[in-house]
Amino acid sequence: MTSKVKNTFYQAESLPQGRWYMFRHSLRWVSDLPGHTLLILTSILMLVPLLYIISVSFQTMEQILQGGGNLPIPPTLEAYRYVLEKMNFSLYFRNTLVVVTLNLVGAFISNTLGAYGFARFRFPGREQIFALLLASLMLPFVVRLVPTYIMFYKLGWINSFLPLIVPSFFGSAFYVFLLRQFFTQLPNELFDAARIDGCDEVSILVRIVLPLSKPALATMFIFVAQNSWNDFMGPLLYLQRPQLRTLALALYAFRSAPQGIPTWNNLMAIVVLMTIPILILFALFQRYFIQGITMSGIKG
Amino acid sequence: MTIPFATSKPKRTAGKTITERWRSMTRFERREALFGYAFIAPVVLGFLIFEVGPILASLVLSFTDYDILSKDIDWVGLKNFARMFQEDLFYKSFNNTIYYCAIYIPLSLILALFLAVLANRAGRASTFYRTAIYIPTIIPSVGAAVAWVVILSPQFGLLNGVLKWFGIKGPGWFLSPVWAKPAIILMSLWVLGGIFVIFLAGLQGIPIEYYEAASIDGASSWISFWKITLPLMTPTILFNLVMDSIWAFQVFQESFVTTGGGPLRSTYFLSLYIYDQAFTYRRMGYASAISWVMFIVIMVFTVIILRSSRKWTFYGGSEQ
Repeated sequence: MTSKVKNTFYQAESLPQGRWYMFRHSLRWVSDLPGHTLLILTSILMLVPLLYIISVSFQTMEQILQGGGNLPIPPTLEAYRYVLEKMNFSLYFRNTLVVVTLNLVGAFISNTLGAYGFARFRFPGREQIFALLLASLMLPFVVRLVPTYIMFYKLGWINSFLPLIVPSFFGSAFYVFLLRQFFTQLPNELFDAARIDGCDEVSILVRIVLPLSKPALATMFIFVAQNSWNDFMGPLLYLQRPQLRTLALALYAFRSAPQGIPTWNNLMAIVVLMTIPILILFALFQRYFIQGITMSGIKG
Repeated sequence: MTIPFATSKPKRTAGKTITERWRSMTRFERREALFGYAFIAPVVLGFLIFEVGPILASLVLSFTDYDILSKDIDWVGLKNFARMFQEDLFYKSFNNTIYYCAIYIPLSLILALFLAVLANRAGRASTFYRTAIYIPTIIPSVGAAVAWVVILSPQFGLLNGVLKWFGIKGPGWFLSPVWAKPAIILMSLWVLGGIFVIFLAGLQGIPIEYYEAASIDGASSWISFWKITLPLMTPTILFNLVMDSIWAFQVFQESFVTTGGGPLRSTYFLSLYIYDQAFTYRRMGYASAISWVMFIVIMVFTVIILRSSRKWTFYGGSEQ
């Protein structure tokens, strides 16, 4: 990257103010009109399914069966009442929370240590090992599926949260990469000063590096939380007992349970309830969501 | 450098092996190195246990008839592979996967790039567009899949309801063998926000001076797109193409949750076939064999893209 200047057209004002340019610039909104129209249309197309999910969750089945595009008039909380009272929602919520929390702890410990190791110490084989780790991001998970299942089966971990939690304590290449990027940008003087003051390596990490790396850590936390909150494959394979289900699996089980007409309002109420925590995270930390996604594609 | 795997050629310090380097190190350097190894130990261990180990184990398993329950494992040689190429279901799921990839991958990349270019020119409103396009990706994917079943319900769903306003009788979507795959592609396109955001970030890294120079020379924005934007975006396109393809080949939840592979196996993808063989019929060996075939297909495809990319990616002139 040679320059980080954003090229939004508002900054085009720094262009030479020739008369021809002024003329073109004043007409700019006309040429941008089709673009804006298309974007607004796309935005609507993206948001309508969302609004529809919310709308259905506030309807009774009778209202829904009148056909698509109904509005919840009058809105009813019937579905939410059903989900919260009759569906063990709080149990599934608790299960999910346990998995997410322990994943956050595991990811925090392993990835900060790993990233710090790669960023701040010189050792033979460092670049090669790091390259291997990065290459593993391109490995399809399907190939690992069967042996990983057999491993956890032989350990007797089926029907426990361990298969969903333990791997996070061994880190993941993407987060190591993300944090390492950040750690390497910290000035060397900081570390030298700390070492001269007699700080050992672990307290340099805990007292100096981590407090300075809050943005990178926030990005990681959000991604880990989102991924384990949404994880479906893991619970599907390893949690067969109903009382262990996480929200994602409970939703799937509820959908595929044979009960005549699927009660869509209940299903959509679960989807809404499941999405709210992530939506709150997104509203508060949108910057970090975008940053994390961007990191995966741009820098390196 | 722009993409991780482009940097993967390790720098060998003047052709020395690791042991030679170790011998030539001072005491302090060795101490530092030991600390480094200690810090990365959990991650490397995890890499060996959860990545390298299972992939190798899967290769070994593919030559057995292992079923997880019985004690003894029989070597069956290439029988699993021979059987695979006689199964109709293998061809069916393979073709379905290719169908999905062939339509979804180009469509998602072109759409996402197109939208990113537009949003990048949109000034202050671009934050809104970015949020609107990204938001579907934060919905839990199982939830999204269930929601699409409702949206695409032939009689009472939203889409066919809207089509009815225009006097169009909508298809059966997930219930129709012809329309189930397009429905899944549609559903996947709804969450192109991730690719879109990566493109947008790439676009914002293009120096504005290039456009200024082009504008002074009288280039239209159409020409600017083809001569500036597209060449400078090729590294980002390459990254998205590779990662998107790897994901698309493994498409699972989108059909597992919505159709369960039906109707008439029209959305039965390779990953569903593997899942069924492994966890419904407990044919671990056979499932491993299929997953290796899939792995090889993905690898060949990725290598072709990366090889050909040397001809079509552009790293700002100075590098390459």
